[in-house]
Amino acid sequence: MSEWWTYTLSDFLLFSPRTYYRLFELYNADIWPAQIVALALGAAILVLSHRADAWGGRVIAAILGVCWLWIAWAFHGERYATINWAATYVAVGFAVEGLLLLWVGSIRNRLLFQGNGKHTTWAGLIVFLFALVVQPLIGPVVGREWVQVEVFGVAPDPTAVATLGVLLGVTGRVFWLLAALPIAWCMITGATLWTMGSVDALVTPLAAIICVVWRLRRRR
Amino acid sequence: MRPPSRVDRRRLIVGLAATGAALVVRPSSGSAQRPAVMTRAVPSSGEALPVVGLGSWITFNVGNDRVARDSCAEVMRAFFDSGGRMIDSSPMYASSQEVIGYGLAKLGKPANLFAADKVWISRGSRGRTQIEQSRQFWSIPRFDLMQVHNLLAWEDHLPMLFDMKTAGQLRYVGITTSEGRRHREIEQIMRGQPIDFVQVTYNVLDREVEDRILPLARDRGIGVIINRPFREGALIRRVMRQPLPAWANDIDCANWAQVLLKFIVSHPAITCAIPATTSIAHVRENMGAATGRLPDEAMRRRIIAHVEAL
Repeated sequence: MSEWWTYTLSDFLLFSPRTYYRLFELYNADIWPAQIVALALGAAILVLSHRADAWGGRVIAAILGVCWLWIAWAFHGERYATINWAATYVAVGFAVEGLLLLWVGSIRNRLLFQGNGKHTTWAGLIVFLFALVVQPLIGPVVGREWVQVEVFGVAPDPTAVATLGVLLGVTGRVFWLLAALPIAWCMITGATLWTMGSVDALVTPLAAIICVVWRLRRRR
Repeated sequence: MRPPSRVDRRRLIVGLAATGAALVVRPSSGSAQRPAVMTRAVPSSGEALPVVGLGSWITFNVGNDRVARDSCAEVMRAFFDSGGRMIDSSPMYASSQEVIGYGLAKLGKPANLFAADKVWISRGSRGRTQIEQSRQFWSIPRFDLMQVHNLLAWEDHLPMLFDMKTAGQLRYVGITTSEGRRHREIEQIMRGQPIDFVQVTYNVLDREVEDRILPLARDRGIGVIINRPFREGALIRRVMRQPLPAWANDIDCANWAQVLLKFIVSHPAITCAIPATTSIAHVRENMGAATGRLPDEAMRRRIIAHVEAL
């Protein structure tokens, strides 16, 4: 790309905010009542991560993996790609994350939780609850319509943040393996919403930054 | 800050005369019922084109949203009803081409359409395939104008486009850039290639093309299409905070959009400006800039001074 330094983020924004949020409105209508199922799966993750038994990690990874694969196909591939050709590549990234979760967490059982009482576990719980309960409410609070709500498990932003919340409670370097793509998405979506002028543009990237900082603190 | 525009009155008048049909208020081609709009002659053919067209960057990229597609079709209807002809798009604009095709089908394939699109692919060998896909999206027999988008692989695409023009698969060939990028290369192509159109950014605040590109276009007989006339709406938002000056009446402008567009199309080298919008009211306002009096050089300077002071 010649004269690349003259380009700004707005040069890469192909759609209007209205079109972007209408995408969620139409998506929500198309998949209803999958949102209820997704929220129930989110509640199941909460219970399983608290119990932290032998199968907990496998099931949590399976739930998250399926959610990432669903979003890769149903949202990015089928819908977002209609207004943003780059979404095809994003869909591949989401599919890779879904497969990684299934392989590393469900098949190889590497999603091992630190157990109750650990600071990182509590931080992860807070981040996960934020993604499950609070993050979907932000849109309507800042003036968008309820039908455009972004729900964990079916919408990319709360799913990425929730995944980071889960991973905060996991032991070992598997965090970085599985957190890289969610962190990347949090930054991409933050840049997109910032360019669109959305007032909540910084919510998702800030959540990712908090998770990274918290995880790095634990290594000291 | 750049100095005021240097297009003097004499050059303006001579330039207008040189472009043949320039600024003659007459009905656009196709239908006697359509309102009279100003046209400019395409330098390479003499074909008269209305001085205001319709862009599709962002505004027509609405995906599969049926309601939004219908809304875009109504914008297109208002555009054609107001005497407009040129609609411009690109494969880069995601679903915009499909949405234009949807609108054209809904409107019964308006005969007045001047279809302008772009080839935007880095592999020269894939250019024809992309153009064919674009044609299918628009669902038209052929494009009137095909441009190399942002000069991407222009060395490969231009010979192919000239071949297509010779074969009657296109009527005109052009190149595009935006926001002042690669002007040196644009000039080289304008000097060395037999292109019909060049598309650049020009508005009351972004006037770099006045120095070299626009004079060169006139010298070489190349039509000029102007993108981002409102800086993607930022310019409109800036001026809308101020009341419309009384002198706007002197150039038959009822709103700021018409002032900004008339500033552009009053330059004698400009063939057509292509503002994009999602609003029927705005497309009518924009087409209003293709009627009535245009600013002379003194008024052009006044517009520049006024907007720069805001």
